[in-house]
Amino acid sequence: MGPITTLDYLVVAAALFAIGTIGVVTRRNVVIILMSIELILNAVNLNLVAFSRLWNLQGQVFSIFVITDAAAEAAVGLGILIAFFRNKETINVDEVDLLKW
Amino acid sequence: MTPIAPTFFFYLLSGVALVSAILVITRKNPVHAALALIFTLLSLAGLYLMLYAPFVAGVQVILYAGGIMVLFLFVIMLVNIERNVREEQFNQQWPIGILASLVLGGIITVVYWKGSSIFPQTAISLPEASNTQQVGLALYQTYLLPFEIASLLLLVAIVGAVVMAKKRI
Repeated sequence: MGPITTLDYLVVAAALFAIGTIGVVTRRNVVIILMSIELILNAVNLNLVAFSRLWNLQGQVFSIFVITDAAAEAAVGLGILIAFFRNKETINVDEVDLLKW
Repeated sequence: MTPIAPTFFFYLLSGVALVSAILVITRKNPVHAALALIFTLLSLAGLYLMLYAPFVAGVQVILYAGGIMVLFLFVIMLVNIERNVREEQFNQQWPIGILASLVLGGIITVVYWKGSSIFPQTAISLPEASNTQQVGLALYQTYLLPFEIASLLLLVAIVGAVVMAKKRI
């Protein structure tokens, strides 16, 4: 095994991205889907910080903004989950079909 | 003697991150999945430390593992999961979903492999002692407008989350 290059970090980030996408597409539980979205955002962050090592600090500043946006989106998404659970008593996304024609 | 510590820690941290990520998407109990996600976040913070980004690692531990995951655990506590844990966990299109996601991950990896010759070969010098100062200067000088917009976004998210979760508006 040679030294760790940037490509190794990028492959780890791509694997995390694929695992997060599998979680979003496959699971029925809304909380697990939101956690898989956090996995995708973390993969993007790892990509940004790995490239920031090669150029300048912009990648790290962008990743701080990504973490801030992930916090805001998790808060609003969980608020929506609570509001929907209060109405329909389920947290499966297959059963959220009130607008189905 | 060639140094083996960076290689060892890279494989250890990325192995923990990937195994915990697989545990997140396969656990039936959401609390177990949340704990596995905390492991992933902490190992990613270790990877950020290896990439000479201590400020982002600190923000990751405090904000992500210490704020967002606590929010997740509170909501898991508020929502009644009992009925859902006994039901079917994966939806009907799980084979196509796994296949499509693996194809996407494979495409991304192939693009990285083929194009890895255009990356700069030498890493820049990122002194760890002044990383926080430099990130702070960048946030307050060059990126002041996105910083203020992010604070406005957080205000909107707070108001939105409170309104969504209230019983009577």
